[in-house]
Amino acid sequence: MKTDLLINGNRRTLDADNRTSLLDALRHHLGLTGAKKGCDHGQCGACTVLINGRRINACLTLACMHDGDEITTIEGLGSAEALSPMQRAFVNHDGFQCGYCTPGQICSATAMLEEIEAGWPSHVTADMTAKPSLDEHEIGERMSGNLCRCAAYPNIVDAIRDAAWRDQE
Amino acid sequence: MTRHMKMDNADTRRRLDDMVQGAVGAPLDRPDGPLKVTGAAHYAAEQPTDALCYGVLVRAPAAKGRLLNMSTNAVMALPGVLAIVSDERMLRNPAQGTANEAPVQGVHEIAYFGQPVALVVAETFEQARHAAQALQLHIETTDEAALDPLAVEPEIPEDKQSSMGDLDAAMKNAVYRVDETYTTPSHSSAPMEPHASIAQWEGEQLTLRGSYQMLKYNRNELADSLGIEPKNVRILAPYVGGGFGSKLGIAPEAVAAALAAKKLSRPVSVAMTRPHVFETTMRRSETRQRVRLAADAQGRLTGIGHETLVSNLPGERFAEPVTQATAFMYRGENRIIGQKIARLNRTCAGSVRAPGEAVGVTIVENAMDELAEQAGIDPVELRKRNIPEEDPTRQVPFSSHKLAEALDAGARGFGWEKRNAIPKQVRDGEWMIGMGMASAFRVNMLKEAQARVRLNANGTAEIESDQTDIGTGTYAILTQIACDMLGLAPENVTVRLGDTDLPPGSGSGGSFGAASNGTAVFLACEELRLQLATAAGCAEPDLTLKDGKAIVGNRQVIIAELLPSTALEATGHIEPGDASSKVRQATYGAYFAEVAVSAITGETRVRRMTGAFAAGRILNAKTARSQCLGGMVWGIGMALTEALEFDPRYGQIANHDFAEYHIPVNADVPQIDVILLEEHDDWANPLQAKGLGELGICGAGAAITNAIYNATGVRVRDYPATLDKILPGLET
Ligand code: FES
Ligand code: FES
Repeated sequence: MKTDLLINGNRRTLDADNRTSLLDALRHHLGLTGAKKGCDHGQCGACTVLINGRRINACLTLACMHDGDEITTIEGLGSAEALSPMQRAFVNHDGFQCGYCTPGQICSATAMLEEIEAGWPSHVTADMTAKPSLDEHEIGERMSGNLCRCAAYPNIVDAIRDAAWRDQE
Repeated sequence: MTRHMKMDNADTRRRLDDMVQGAVGAPLDRPDGPLKVTGAAHYAAEQPTDALCYGVLVRAPAAKGRLLNMSTNAVMALPGVLAIVSDERMLRNPAQGTANEAPVQGVHEIAYFGQPVALVVAETFEQARHAAQALQLHIETTDEAALDPLAVEPEIPEDKQSSMGDLDAAMKNAVYRVDETYTTPSHSSAPMEPHASIAQWEGEQLTLRGSYQMLKYNRNELADSLGIEPKNVRILAPYVGGGFGSKLGIAPEAVAAALAAKKLSRPVSVAMTRPHVFETTMRRSETRQRVRLAADAQGRLTGIGHETLVSNLPGERFAEPVTQATAFMYRGENRIIGQKIARLNRTCAGSVRAPGEAVGVTIVENAMDELAEQAGIDPVELRKRNIPEEDPTRQVPFSSHKLAEALDAGARGFGWEKRNAIPKQVRDGEWMIGMGMASAFRVNMLKEAQARVRLNANGTAEIESDQTDIGTGTYAILTQIACDMLGLAPENVTVRLGDTDLPPGSGSGGSFGAASNGTAVFLACEELRLQLATAAGCAEPDLTLKDGKAIVGNRQVIIAELLPSTALEATGHIEPGDASSKVRQATYGAYFAEVAVSAITGETRVRRMTGAFAAGRILNAKTARSQCLGGMVWGIGMALTEALEFDPRYGQIANHDFAEYHIPVNADVPQIDVILLEEHDDWANPLQAKGLGELGICGAGAAITNAIYNATGVRVRDYPATLDKILPGLET
């Protein structure tokens, strides 16, 4: 089945088996291996990409469901020569070790800051009507869908706060 | 030109201290960072490959039996299916670390639930997955599987039992004594990148892109499994998405991919699924540990007993070395060390981050907490009183011993003096608050390694080794060593790793990667310095290299001007020697944790944690800290949530995914303080650096369970400390 996708600003036409997940479409068919497969079950977040600006586990959705959708992967956020502020902060704060969960962490964190900006509360938000803060509990809660076995969590939190803070400047 | 060194004695030259570039020890960002944060680093299954087809492993759904046949014809008729490989050369389970030969092979004798029996290959992943699920296996299950470690008669290997003095008498005469049995469950390494391989043949030449830790061994293991010459095998693993021991030895997906690729004359990609990683790679054995401590009125130990029961598959030599550190942790002239091994039909047991100490030190540190409580001695003080003068078992000196400093620095940094020694005294609303501590111990090792360093005519340098960087920071620290030795800025040094065509490094395992490969690079650079000094007309010690310039006396020249028009090249080669037997080498540390336990649900939250560690010279302050953080977070997982649950009826791992096997998530981890102590261990290697990748987990869990006791008065001796084990104790 043919599916038209707008990936990182480029129009791509995918012709793949209907059973192809969005993650496998990216990794096996479109040459975008930045999104990682850690579980294929929606349990680790390594495959996180942005669809129309919102974070999603690419392993939990079929590519053919996204005809016309705008998809941003880690490759679309920045390049090694021109890192996004979040990518730069992950490097500076050593927010990774093996790097395998990292593209998912960065896509997730990028969208998460938008969610905070939009005032979405989380499980740990004390006041549902106020703008959520960027303290370590809010970040920890909102980033808990992205597992890191290397356990760079404290550095991931620092990196996200740093990037958010730079953003506000 | 090769410079070779065998580590027979202490090297007191401390050459790195003479260097002026200032790279070693600095918190350099990982050179591989930009590629990793942009998704541009290609892991094993990601190399763009033409005509690639996909294989999915089919595994036995029984813990013991005999595979009679399978529905090959029906599955071959499915769309896209190219081959079904079921071959006696396929691996029963991965090779153990440094095995250097094939592990047990074969698909007909089923020894555990999840053993691979076939590989189904198709044009697309979706077709292969469907076909693999459709393959019907006919397995005869006549014999009863051995599933319960307590129900089988264990092996008692003679070389794993030892004793000194008379522990029974020491226990009888002791003023304070602990005699308790503790259990830890099986753990999974669970690296975020599942094991994966792409195999490709050109004639008789096999290239495998894999996710492996120790390539020089993996090459021989793969060749031996396939029955071909190692020279016909090349393995590439420039980026590895975590290993933690599970990728030490060649694994079933690599051999299956190679067999299928040969058969089809096409490249084949095989990636394990997450359940495959849990069931078909390695687990840390569950342990049962009886610990006896005998102490005098001052809390000084007179005896230690540590007897353990672990398990593994039939035919596996590895046995979790639970008592590895017990030999030298604390004083005590009367000792019994013992180990029994139950042969079970369970997923293969192998190395998982800090095999031995991760569970062994943790349990002894729980027993020490019980002793401190009984004797009314502060737990930190109790440990300090029991630091031995020399290795109490081997009666050799310590190369360096920083436990006391680590205890003091950690206690100070954490604010240990605020702890109330009486349990159940501190409340914060529904939360019961407690503090606990434990010491850290891990043996230190050096392994044979080679590395090549090339100084180019333009004044840049390249480092080459088959060593891997599994997240440990190899790219960074090798860069830094070369920068200091050759006076170069980091951007002028390139590191190439993870290719068996390059000189053989030590591999990543046992925390020996940085010291071993770092030394190989150091030696190669020493040789280059000698050649540069000759060209500059001075003695090597008189040569100062900085920022691409050579300074001799009051003369200063650009390094490139000293070079011949071609590159200058040297290989460094380090081998371990008698140093490891002349002295006891280890790394030390101390953990402090504050927990909050809900009085209503029994749930434990770690509120803060501090670790102080001594691991010789720190090569990169940033990546070293990250290694410690990672280890301590593993301690949180071990203490609170991680346990492989084996179905007692059929032997499969009931929680074979991340929804059910709970590794710590971001919200489970507080900010953690890491204190790295200054230490230079001349016996370790010419860098004076020691291993750090595992020290962070060698007792961390005990700091948490000891804190739970301080918070609640409940001693959990059966890991992990889930709320069902705490809650009943809160009600009384
Ligand atoms: S791969 Fe999608 S959540 Fe794990
Ligand atoms: S960096 Fe290795 S899993 Fe997160």
